[in-house]
Amino acid sequence: MPPSNENYRDPYLVIKNITKTFGELVALNDISLSVDEGEFVCLLGPSGCGKTTLLRIIAGLEQQNVGQVYQAGVDISQRPPRERDFGIVFQSYALFPNLTAEENIAYGLENRKMPKTEIKSRVAELLELIGLPDVGKKYPAQLSGGQQQRVALARALAPSPGLLLLDEPLSALDARVRISLRIEIKQLQHRLGITTVFVTHDQEEALVMADRIVVMDQGTIEQVGNAEQIYHSPASPFVANFVGMMNFIPAVISERSEQLKLGSISLDGDIPEGLNPGDTVTLAIRPEEIQITDQSAEAKNVCQATVIESEFLGGINRLVCNLDEDQETHLLVEVSSNLMKELLIENGSQLSLHFPPEIIRVYPGTLAQQS
Amino acid sequence: MKSIMEYPGDPPSNLKSIQNKIVRQRLGYEDYLRRLLFILIAVGLFIFLIYPIFVSLRRSFENEFGQFIGLENYIDYFSSSTTSASLSHSLYISAMSMIITVVLAFIYAYGLSRITIPGKKALRAIALMPIFMPSLVQALGLIYFFGNNGVFTRLTGINIHIYGPTGIILSEVYYSFPHAFIIIAAALALADARLYEAAESLRTRGSRMFSTITLPGARYGLLSACFVVFTLAITDFGAPKVIGGNYDVLATDIYNQVIGQQNFEMGATISTLLLVPALIAFVLDRLVQRKQVAMVSTGIKPMEAKAHQPLVQWGVFGFMSFMAVFIISIYAIVIVGAFTQYWPYDLSLTLKNFTFYVAGTQHKGGAFVVLWNSVQMAFWTALLGTIIIFFSAYLIDKTRGLTTSRSILYLLSITSLAIPGMVLGLAYIFTFNNPSNPLNFLYGTMAILVISTIIHYYTVPFLTASTALKQIDPEFESISESLNAPFYKTFLRVIVPVSLPAIISIASYLFLNAMVTLSVVVFLFVPGNELASLSVMLLDDAGETAQAMAMSLLIIVTGLIARGVFTLLTRGIERRSQAWTER
Repeated sequence: MPPSNENYRDPYLVIKNITKTFGELVALNDISLSVDEGEFVCLLGPSGCGKTTLLRIIAGLEQQNVGQVYQAGVDISQRPPRERDFGIVFQSYALFPNLTAEENIAYGLENRKMPKTEIKSRVAELLELIGLPDVGKKYPAQLSGGQQQRVALARALAPSPGLLLLDEPLSALDARVRISLRIEIKQLQHRLGITTVFVTHDQEEALVMADRIVVMDQGTIEQVGNAEQIYHSPASPFVANFVGMMNFIPAVISERSEQLKLGSISLDGDIPEGLNPGDTVTLAIRPEEIQITDQSAEAKNVCQATVIESEFLGGINRLVCNLDEDQETHLLVEVSSNLMKELLIENGSQLSLHFPPEIIRVYPGTLAQQS
Repeated sequence: MKSIMEYPGDPPSNLKSIQNKIVRQRLGYEDYLRRLLFILIAVGLFIFLIYPIFVSLRRSFENEFGQFIGLENYIDYFSSSTTSASLSHSLYISAMSMIITVVLAFIYAYGLSRITIPGKKALRAIALMPIFMPSLVQALGLIYFFGNNGVFTRLTGINIHIYGPTGIILSEVYYSFPHAFIIIAAALALADARLYEAAESLRTRGSRMFSTITLPGARYGLLSACFVVFTLAITDFGAPKVIGGNYDVLATDIYNQVIGQQNFEMGATISTLLLVPALIAFVLDRLVQRKQVAMVSTGIKPMEAKAHQPLVQWGVFGFMSFMAVFIISIYAIVIVGAFTQYWPYDLSLTLKNFTFYVAGTQHKGGAFVVLWNSVQMAFWTALLGTIIIFFSAYLIDKTRGLTTSRSILYLLSITSLAIPGMVLGLAYIFTFNNPSNPLNFLYGTMAILVISTIIHYYTVPFLTASTALKQIDPEFESISESLNAPFYKTFLRVIVPVSLPAIISIASYLFLNAMVTLSVVVFLFVPGNELASLSVMLLDDAGETAQAMAMSLLIIVTGLIARGVFTLLTRGIERRSQAWTER
């Protein structure tokens, strides 16, 4: 379905008020989302958040209870999958084991009554595109996982669909292959300019690949934004926790000044509107944003802490610290290995930690209420 | 630029109110085709399975003029101990056969999988040999051994009075032994060696490991074997017919009522009585198997056989050797009997037993004409049965949505296992011998023999197909839909080639069973299309035991040849598909 000319700049894919239940379970609750033409969108969330269900509804492989899917301005909600215009790749590759790579890629072309010679050249073109020009005669079992997934991608792209759907395509692969393939897929997508929806539970994958990330939890969308926005301005503690590491610290807004109090410590920070003195809040602070300082404890936003545990992670060390003023609070702090050596940090070391106000995100309520 | 707000959508609404709503997809012609095929399967199973059983049930509440008389037939049956004896006899021999067979099969399977003993390959092959015999043949063999003039009786002077319950139980044990053995061996194979290693590290005695790990681990397999043996024994017709003497069981009682006394209503009544325990065993077995499946965990470390105490070791080995010799002896005596002038008086060799002409079997061409009938019947059963069963299993397993219809069809497809062959055969007479039935023309044809045999053996191949299909990536269907490939294209080009080993095993199962079946077809044959297993019975009835032996031998040899052909086929396919199955 090519987009009609006058609406060319409209979103290519529009998902409107989709709700899907499985018996009592609400898999998707009133989801709306739009994807621009050529955009690479990641649906990110823990297992069971509804991301795969949403992808399957876009494909027509599941039927929503209510809501519409528009592709290129046309309502496709009631079309069966074979009347929709998409290619799909699954985690399991789902390559036909008894057909060669060539035959797999040609499978969808044959159904379009394409002449034999054209099929042949298209298949060769695709094998070239995925960087595997020589595997055409091989069976899937004779290919590595990464090669199989590339062939699956070529098969999905062969009929030149308007929309590419990827359902955790990298999750079954080795860590190394996964990293190289995610760059390849991203480049390929960019080159072809094909609108792509990518489902993953791996935040790193989403951050690296997506133009826009849709973070989902329990059937709802928590946040939509690019990698920077998701990482640095998470809209909720769930997003903050799911994407990257995060310290969550319970605190209270002080009665007088606009300060955050945890135990006897007072911190300056941006307090969102609508919160009043005395409200309990949760502070979210990224471990790598906490600074080790030589300022004294009297300086603003500086606390004393003791190192109780140190994990060596290669280039960096992750320290588990105890705030001296508030023994209840454990804090993760990431320090480069060089700095560790320089400052002679070891278990039991005393540190001065600086929390610049801009790294403190404040969410209403306690974490238990949030999740 | 048009924003998302401008697209029409549904306002957010109360979750409760939309749980029953669904956005329906338009149906394409493939969806109609699938629905049509679903209806065809359902109609087929209804006409050839459900409806006949219903007709037979109804008949048991009628008198000979077709008037409804309530429970009178049942009251008649239970009114005197002479008429109702067959029920208690059946329950007795089935229970005894069940206990004996399961104990024997367990020891045998345990010895093969857990104990280091010599000759395992041979012992395993021998344990499966009785599968190739129609159930009445081992009864003939036993008579040659233990009958009044049997080898054993004459040599030792001990007569164990084989005609009656002893003979029936012995035959059923022999007949059902491989079935029980396969189930129990599979259950024992599921054991996780790590459990035993943990127990050993805690210094557990061998006998305690046996009672706390081995037996509990195999319990569902043992239960399942019990139900299977019970069902085989209670539904078997051949052995009681040949060796039962005056000891009536339900299956022979049905036959006598229908064929001997033309009392169809009483036949229907007893057939219902036979249906009840078979149904109960079937339901219990389904429940147990579900538990067994739940117990299977992935990534177990398989057990390896290890040496036991010498007493256990050699005791079990001795027992297994005895069983093996016994199994082979029955085969041997069938072979000897087939080529002998007049057992046991004139032991000179002859081929005349293969050229029989006996009243009841109308053929003059000898054993091979009847055998050819059987082979044809088995061929069509295997060919059509495999196509129908595999395709319907595919449709039921690999269709998106239509959940209710699919579960109904699944239930229909496994129901046939619960219906004893005698019950189905009798139900077919009631249904298709009725001139007002539009399918009446089928009666007395080869077609109805094929149909009844397919239906009777429907469930096991269906489950085989279903299991094989479940191992195929479910996303193949989604992929074909996204690539706009018709489902029959993917079925023929991908699903069938990938499933060929399962398909061949289905064909093999149907062929071999069609060769030996007796209970389904005993009511359905007409002179001119006798089957081999049937003529064994007729010849034995006529006192021509040597010819019955000859016929039996032909059935066995045909079965073995067929098995060989199927094995070669499987090997060929495996070789051809090596490229895409190797890892």
